[in-house]
Amino acid sequence: MADKVIDARGSFCPGPMMELIRAVKEAKVGETIAVLSTDSGSKRDIPLWVQKAGHELVGVIEHKGYDEIVVRKLR
Amino acid sequence: MAKELLVVGAGTGGLMLSNQVARQLAREIARGEVRVTLLGDRDEYLYQPGLLYIPFGRVQLQDLIRPVRDLLVPGVTFLHDRAERIDPETRTVTTRGGRRLTYDYLVLATGSHVDVAQVPGLAEGGHWFYTVDGALRLRETLARFSGGRVVIAAGLPYKCPVAPLEFTFLLDEWTRERGIRDKTEIVYAFPLGRAHSIESVADWAAAEFEKRGIRLETFFNLESVDPVKQEVTSLEGTTLGYDLLVVIPPHRGDTLARDSGLTGGDTWIPTDRHTLQVGRYDNIFAIGDATGLPVSKAGSVAHFQAEVLAANLVSLLTGGSPSHRYNGKAFCFIETGLDRATYITFDYTHPPQVTPPTRWVHLLKQAYNRIHWLNLKAVL
Repeated sequence: MADKVIDARGSFCPGPMMELIRAVKEAKVGETIAVLSTDSGSKRDIPLWVQKAGHELVGVIEHKGYDEIVVRKLR
Repeated sequence: MAKELLVVGAGTGGLMLSNQVARQLAREIARGEVRVTLLGDRDEYLYQPGLLYIPFGRVQLQDLIRPVRDLLVPGVTFLHDRAERIDPETRTVTTRGGRRLTYDYLVLATGSHVDVAQVPGLAEGGHWFYTVDGALRLRETLARFSGGRVVIAAGLPYKCPVAPLEFTFLLDEWTRERGIRDKTEIVYAFPLGRAHSIESVADWAAAEFEKRGIRLETFFNLESVDPVKQEVTSLEGTTLGYDLLVVIPPHRGDTLARDSGLTGGDTWIPTDRHTLQVGRYDNIFAIGDATGLPVSKAGSVAHFQAEVLAANLVSLLTGGSPSHRYNGKAFCFIETGLDRATYITFDYTHPPQVTPPTRWVHLLKQAYNRIHWLNLKAVL
């Protein structure tokens, strides 16, 4: 279970990734954040940002109708 | 006993909601069965989207500001005071001025504002146009600008997600008009891996950037500014030098809900995405920028939420049940230059699509800027 869950289903603007970045900024190092997304691009785009920003992609879980992407803040 | 509706925040959402309820319940208010009170810590309303045009001298500040009292319909009582604490158990709001206001239904429309201090060095080294002072200072700087590298960046979260794009396009055309475009490098640094969160907008913007010679820097989340070296650094570790830095600073919500124990510790209010109910309280609601919903922080969202909530409050205040649900609707004009614009509209289940910019949409946007006041009074 992630420390924080962001329900960004149905969010086109600002969109799931912006919601995730905002939450990562506010989280403590070591915490995990799960973002729920109906945007099929999220599971492609979010890992790219996670790598660029130096965090850890804990996992991508496919649910019925949406994806759950879990990230750990590393720095 | 009259039923009491208390609305906190006299911005777009608070004014529209108060006016819509007062119009629909004019008879009940006249009979003393319902009271609508609007509590705001500012007695002037600022039309924030107009600030975009101030740096380019396209709008005068006085055209963007009106007294709150001039924007109210009969039946709304305005109190110019600051809400300090909400007590959901006793259904009271206490104010800085020493008032103790009771409510049957409470609406939080407390908005969001820039938090420049979140970014070290920004106050000394950067510009922004999201406040009156910031927009006027940028206008002065642009008037003296004769070329160099302009970096446009954003800190999350921020209201009006298309504003950095609009500013970039306006700057491009403004420097062309002044004959300094060839001496000006424009760098658009954006938090995501593309130019906008909406893929169709991002694709269209990237093509425009290519045509106009604007450089796109991706995955750039504003972290700090070095005003001496004139450098801006992202949390991803990229540093860009600049001659002029224009940013959308990160925003935060009002502290009222947090200090009253209604949030999880930050300043955004946990709000149901359909009913707009706050947390477990069936008589407290939130609209507009103040919510923690994953929707755009934009006037149109506050407008559509106010419509839904006003309809539900009219039912509740007259003994009925709420039946309207917010569906995530948003509408945004996008200025693509000094004489062209486009727009997008979307909701929770319908993604936006961009249509080619036209002069007509620009004129419509300019017309809207002038009739917004009627919209606030629930005339449109």
